[in-house]
Amino acid sequence: MNADIRPIRTPAEQALIAELDQLPSVNDRLGDLRLAAARSFEENGLPHRRVEEWKYTDLRTLMRDAVPVAGTAAVAEADARAKLLREVEARRIVVANGAVVPELSDFSALEEGLTLRSLADVIASGDDVAARIGGIVPGRYDAALALNTALAKDGVVLEVAPGAHIERPIHVVHVFAGSAPAASFARSLVVVGEGATLTYVESFEGPAGIAYQVNSATEFYVGDETHLDVVRLQEESASAIHLSTLLFEVGRRTQLHTFTFAMGAAVARTSLYATLSGEDSHIAFNGATLLKDRQHSDSTLFVDHKVPGCESRELFKTVLDDQSRGVFQGKIVVRQAAQKTDGRMMSRALVLGDDAEMDNKPELEIFADDVQCGHGATCGAIDDELLFYLRARGIPLKEAQSLLVQAFVGEAIETVEHDGLREALIACAEGWLKARA
Amino acid sequence: MPAVQETVEQVRSIDVDQYKYGFFTDIESEKAAKGLTEETVRFISAKKDEPEWMLEWRLEAFRRWQTMREPDWARVNYPPIDYQELYYYAAPKKKDGPKSIDDIDPEILATYEKLGIPLRERDALLGIESGASRVAVDAVFDSVSVATTFKEELAKAGVIFMPISEAIREYPELVKKYLGSVVPVTDNFFATLNSAVFSDGSFVYVPKGVRCPMELSTYFRINERNTGQFERTLIIADEGAYVSYLEGCTAPMRDENQLHAAVVELVALADAEIKYSTVQNWYPGDSQGKGGIYNFVTKRGDCRGDRSKISWTQVETGSAITWKYPSCILRGDESRGEFYSIAISNGYQQVDSGTKMIHLGKNTTSRIISKGIAAGHSDNTYRGLVSAHRKATGARNFTNCDSLLIGDKCGAHTVPYIESKNSSAQFEHEATTSKISEDQLFYCQQRGLDPEEATALIVNGFVKDVLQQLPMEFAVEAQKLISVSLEGSVG
Repeated sequence: MNADIRPIRTPAEQALIAELDQLPSVNDRLGDLRLAAARSFEENGLPHRRVEEWKYTDLRTLMRDAVPVAGTAAVAEADARAKLLREVEARRIVVANGAVVPELSDFSALEEGLTLRSLADVIASGDDVAARIGGIVPGRYDAALALNTALAKDGVVLEVAPGAHIERPIHVVHVFAGSAPAASFARSLVVVGEGATLTYVESFEGPAGIAYQVNSATEFYVGDETHLDVVRLQEESASAIHLSTLLFEVGRRTQLHTFTFAMGAAVARTSLYATLSGEDSHIAFNGATLLKDRQHSDSTLFVDHKVPGCESRELFKTVLDDQSRGVFQGKIVVRQAAQKTDGRMMSRALVLGDDAEMDNKPELEIFADDVQCGHGATCGAIDDELLFYLRARGIPLKEAQSLLVQAFVGEAIETVEHDGLREALIACAEGWLKARA
Repeated sequence: MPAVQETVEQVRSIDVDQYKYGFFTDIESEKAAKGLTEETVRFISAKKDEPEWMLEWRLEAFRRWQTMREPDWARVNYPPIDYQELYYYAAPKKKDGPKSIDDIDPEILATYEKLGIPLRERDALLGIESGASRVAVDAVFDSVSVATTFKEELAKAGVIFMPISEAIREYPELVKKYLGSVVPVTDNFFATLNSAVFSDGSFVYVPKGVRCPMELSTYFRINERNTGQFERTLIIADEGAYVSYLEGCTAPMRDENQLHAAVVELVALADAEIKYSTVQNWYPGDSQGKGGIYNFVTKRGDCRGDRSKISWTQVETGSAITWKYPSCILRGDESRGEFYSIAISNGYQQVDSGTKMIHLGKNTTSRIISKGIAAGHSDNTYRGLVSAHRKATGARNFTNCDSLLIGDKCGAHTVPYIESKNSSAQFEHEATTSKISEDQLFYCQQRGLDPEEATALIVNGFVKDVLQQLPMEFAVEAQKLISVSLEGSVG
């Protein structure tokens, strides 16, 4: 049982390594970064269940084949497929198959203090901000991020000047277009200057029935005294594989709120890494996951308290129907210097399907004594008494269940501050429940 | 409350790194050659006069062990252990073997007396008159069991309580049937090592429908230098039986680290109940982190029958490193597993402990209460697994792990794994980490307690849920231990 694990490469790994071998050798910082990421992937390969952070999402078995890197998407098709959150008043930037589509994106009349470009443009122009790509390092090898760093060529680079208040949300629409399975890689960068505010939205979707793969990573540099809201809606096709990484470097007296909503993909994994390196910040990572059929969805977060006086709150809700599998892994680290930290993490799962599985792993790692930290995890079916109460009032079973599920998920969605977004997300949850009934 | 008063007195009377069980008994002992080879295994087996099948069983384990790697997933750091630098067998030299308690080397008797463990039954009986209850003791000194008390009285009730080495000879069928059935030979690195070289330990069999008339207890003492202690305990409660078992451990103070790798297997058949309590107080090392016992223990209980129950209670105050996860396999329908733990670390101690509750049967329930207290430069980790199998409908678990940090150089960590594979399982987990509340300290001090007394009082309150689960004699002892372990952590 403790025999050495021999590095036999799976077909998917071999295909990815072959892809990485074709990386052009460019002698600059980004070129080196790509090569280093490629090398670390070649060495470590896809994670499997013996890799602690991926214990419940064994990519070696879940990702059987690696598909070729996607080509340029047809503009009309990308436009037709990008349906999510269209009703929300926001500046839309469309990223199709990992590349910004200028025809569908609104780069006009940018608010004062807002700089918005594609990553490809930024790299081509040699702008200084490109040096920030790969600047936030999660501290341990992450296969999804390594692949993204090596293979992503485009994405969005968004900068908000100090003190600028950007009222209108920026919505980055990630869409897959095409009729053959392919892989898309997108890398984005968000830099929020001191005292600025921003609402940043990401959505993910693609055509049903096509086993495409999406790997997205976004780095957020959250400056001092900023207010940043990040809302994320993942509704990939039920055959897709979705891997994403969100990295945050958080400054002093910052308000950072994220909400990740996951409903799609056959296999999905979202990793959030946050480093709190400025005092007195407040962060809230909330999320909801709705799963059915044989979907597998993993939310993993890692919050590193490095300085005193920060507050972190995490609330994740998972609803599991049919034979789906939900994973929540959350780790709060409180370093010795981070006295007066207040950390609270909660993961709740509601299991509707008899054969559904929920794996919870909330972790605390604490080296400072003057702290208040806690976590909770629950998992169970719908309370029979609540159901009975509703049914006694003439509400049919399915409807009663829907009401209770809606209330359950609603608690997490309610944390979204932006009215339009919140309503749109509630509508998404309702749509999911309706499809179930 | 007198117990608290006692705690306070203990705190006053003992210095920071004074480990009161740290003395060494100067006694001639017989050791196996240093290092571990097939010869060592054969030597131990021959010493114990074991049948052929047992030797084969050990050799099989030894061969397996050679192919295994030491696990490294726990949050403990220690220099690599050189398994060839240890003695795997040490026994006090016998003068013809003791026939009765009076033949035991007086040095050993004195040692146990000093530890507060009466081996003479008449001493113990005197105890009854003065109000203390009777406890049958199996005393294990280094690699061998030196005395087992109340054997006859237990035999009258049909209870078998003897060193496992004797049981292998006298009840080979029972041993063959159950040994390795809960912790398989190949379970993990340390369990396999233990299977190869275990020298003694206790064997308990409680027959159908018998309620064991007294508490059973084993007292482990490591005495020799450079020795590892590898004991093996096997407890079987047949249908409807009940047994409560206590375990205590101490070792002398030494500069080098010593290895202790035990295996405990519990089997509860239908309607049986086993209550297993441990007060582990191996030498934790000095205040600079030098020396101490490496405690790598595999403990597992199997609720094999319906409605069976296994309850683990542990107070972990000693050892430089604790690596220990007493677990319950809830196989029988409506079986129940419980785990109550207090883990205290001070100085440079490292504790990585917790439990596994594996729900396999229908309507199985489990409860985990873990209290970790970290002080000094220590690290204290709770690591636990609760899982419900697809067929374990109606499984229920409640977990509560609280950690208390005293001082800003220690760490407290919680790593729970909660895996639910069916919709009717209901799992609840909660964990908190904090320091002693300033308000509570202030309140106590305002009423005239000094900071140490106040801390002792609050800590006692913090661990009360677990202490209540201990048998009475142990609870008092444990309470004292807690205050001693936290010695010097305040102010």
